[in-house]
Amino acid sequence: MLEHTQNQTCVVIGASHAGVNFAFSLRKQGYAGNITLIDIDPTLPYHRPPLSKAYLTSDNDIASNALKAADSYIKENIKLMLGTKVAKIDAEHKHVIMADGTNIQFDQLVIATGARPFIPPIEGLTTASNLYPLRTAADVTKIKTALKQSEHKRVVIIGGGYIGLETAASMQKLGAQVTVLEREERILARVTAPEMSSFFQQLHADNGVNVLTSKNVASIQTNNGHNQVICADGEQFDADVIVVGVGIRVNSEIAADAGLTEDNGIHVNESAQTNVKNIYAIGDCAYHYNPHFARFIRLESVQNALDQGKVAAANICGKDTQYDTIPWFWSDQYDIKLQMVGLSQGYNKIVKRTEPSDNHKFSVWYFKDDELLAVDAVNNAKAYVLGTKFIKNRSKVDKQKLADLTVDFKADTLVIN
Amino acid sequence: MAKITFIDSNKIEITVEADSGSVMELAVQNGISGIDGDCGGVCSCATCHVHVAAEDMDKVGAANEIEQDMLELDDNVNEFSRLCCQIQISEQLDGVTLTVAAE
Repeated sequence: MLEHTQNQTCVVIGASHAGVNFAFSLRKQGYAGNITLIDIDPTLPYHRPPLSKAYLTSDNDIASNALKAADSYIKENIKLMLGTKVAKIDAEHKHVIMADGTNIQFDQLVIATGARPFIPPIEGLTTASNLYPLRTAADVTKIKTALKQSEHKRVVIIGGGYIGLETAASMQKLGAQVTVLEREERILARVTAPEMSSFFQQLHADNGVNVLTSKNVASIQTNNGHNQVICADGEQFDADVIVVGVGIRVNSEIAADAGLTEDNGIHVNESAQTNVKNIYAIGDCAYHYNPHFARFIRLESVQNALDQGKVAAANICGKDTQYDTIPWFWSDQYDIKLQMVGLSQGYNKIVKRTEPSDNHKFSVWYFKDDELLAVDAVNNAKAYVLGTKFIKNRSKVDKQKLADLTVDFKADTLVIN
Repeated sequence: MAKITFIDSNKIEITVEADSGSVMELAVQNGISGIDGDCGGVCSCATCHVHVAAEDMDKVGAANEIEQDMLELDDNVNEFSRLCCQIQISEQLDGVTLTVAAE
């Protein structure tokens, strides 16, 4: 236990993956003072990734998705203030001001406010019936209820990114007739190579989901609770339920108002510290430096939320620690398990390796010249694990051997010494 | 109902009971130290690594292919390793002991 922290208070704004795991890490590192976790969401903090996947298709209570058991907060003496909105941070006087006017004094403040769904300025969108984003447990409840009550179960999903596609797969499983409308020429355009986009396009088609690209939604007309989604090219789609998944906006206004440097997220150094001493930012809202890829980035991922939380906790407890993790992500759609490691941005060469298997088992390897940047592995944890090790060690991979199925798929044979 | 004994990362022995769900969920619900389950139980993060007691291996069974590959990310992997999000609770597990793998 760190005795000098005994009379201190650490306030955390945001109790999702980053905030919650930070709080538990802080206790584990020996922080002896008060830890207060505040979130506007009234639900006991839960895992978000299952919201568009297993949680959407099951009848499980959100409690089965809890990040930590309710008892664990009591045991670790972490105070949860749920359903509570923070109005303002007073960095100079070191306190946060709640929407109801009450104050909490802090010695350290951690901003883990994440992001909110971006709601595009589409005509008629705000008056559409049964239109929801998908980011919170409450969103999922509304989507499920709307689908159950709908007679025809026609679902239109605006946006062909991971959220949109996972939601499409889940809603199809629930018996809906699903159409995905993507504005770009291919789905997942921002995050993957064309090879991956075509694979997922075909996967959804095979499962009876209508995925349409180059479809820019121009307006939504709603009469008597019935929606018509109208695209710029004139095509129209009936929709009983509409899910919007077109990206996010960072919840950084509260930080900007407090004078913290902010632009595409709250700027932090390698210790997760903002430009104000004793104020940290972690998770989706933090614009940070990645030493491996040698650039500033902002990531929307569980891995980033957890690892930055650990770094902030260690630094607050006096252990000089720097954030240096290779980013990783996953997505589950139908029976397909996609695992991704690294950052593919800037690649100029792709190697695709398809294993002899009857259930779509392949991997896409992204290179910039000879440097392996990222791997997307489909039903292939081995490729994911090898990719993780190669990227971490900056191993030089023999691209020809990698593509050659007669060569053993292991480090010894693939790495050039 | 199955009684499952965990030896957590602080070497503390805790026995809990359940009849369904995954062993990882059970561990998280009971605050077993060292079982994080960061990915929520989809075999993507390898933060629920346990070593099954040798005499219980028959009851618990071996890791599946994806699980075996994911375990290779962990230096403490051995022939008794499992990612406990992939172990479903049933009566068959009654009496098994699982030791949280060191970080």
